[in-house]
Amino acid sequence: MSSDIFFYLFAAFTTGTALAVVLTKNTVASALSLLLCLVGVAGVFILLDAFLLAALMVFVYAGAVVALFLFIIMLLDAQGGDRKPFKKTAYVSGGIAFALLVVGVLSFWKSGQQTTGELGSIVPVGSTLKNYGEQLFTTYLLPVQIVGFLLLIAMLGVIVLSKKFEGLEDIK
Amino acid sequence: MTVGLNHYLLLSAVLFAIGFFGVLLRKNTLVIYMCLELMLVASTVALVAFSRYNNTMDGNVFVFFILTVAAAEVAVGLAIIVALFRRRQSIDVAELNALKN
Repeated sequence: MSSDIFFYLFAAFTTGTALAVVLTKNTVASALSLLLCLVGVAGVFILLDAFLLAALMVFVYAGAVVALFLFIIMLLDAQGGDRKPFKKTAYVSGGIAFALLVVGVLSFWKSGQQTTGELGSIVPVGSTLKNYGEQLFTTYLLPVQIVGFLLLIAMLGVIVLSKKFEGLEDIK
Repeated sequence: MTVGLNHYLLLSAVLFAIGFFGVLLRKNTLVIYMCLELMLVASTVALVAFSRYNNTMDGNVFVFFILTVAAAEVAVGLAIIVALFRRRQSIDVAELNALKN
């Protein structure tokens, strides 16, 4: 099936760019890899028939969040420099943890298989804009309100955090 | 082997693990933040896959809220990082040891 090929393509792309986020020395390269990774995730969303979420992923994450990251990197001039991204102990502990993780994921893969129908046989519930609106304004009305307040609080918090306090004594 | 729910969950787990290792191993606060975002995105992949295979909308709507929370979190976190840099001239977690000893 052709969608299977696309899944493997997007999965490989997403995993590779996610690894690049962690492994590259340069912070700007990390941020750009994150951008590519999010685009790959948007592709996976399209395979799962969540078109609106794929578009939102690109708009919100790739458009706003990564741009904000790049802005802060440039502002602080925090490109990483010559410093190595990892220490030696980090390599050793990371290797051990990775081995444990591989064992865990393999056991999950062997014993935890869910039997699900093929995607083609399941009719999509219709993740149209109308359905989203209906859900958001009936079942999920309270969470929408709470999230609105959360955004307001975040906005106020950012304003307070970026203010300069004169009287505050320096922490060490 | 046709792609099923397991494949999507595996992809989600792998992405989450990569983000987790990034948080544990990297020293740059900004990269740690990016890896946190990666973990959130990995969870959204699992949610969307579950909701698609169970034929419901709930997972998709949940991803909406996760996106909102992630955006708010990034804004606040980056403001904290900028404030930190202003005070300490460094965003390396190895040098942020005011609470040590």
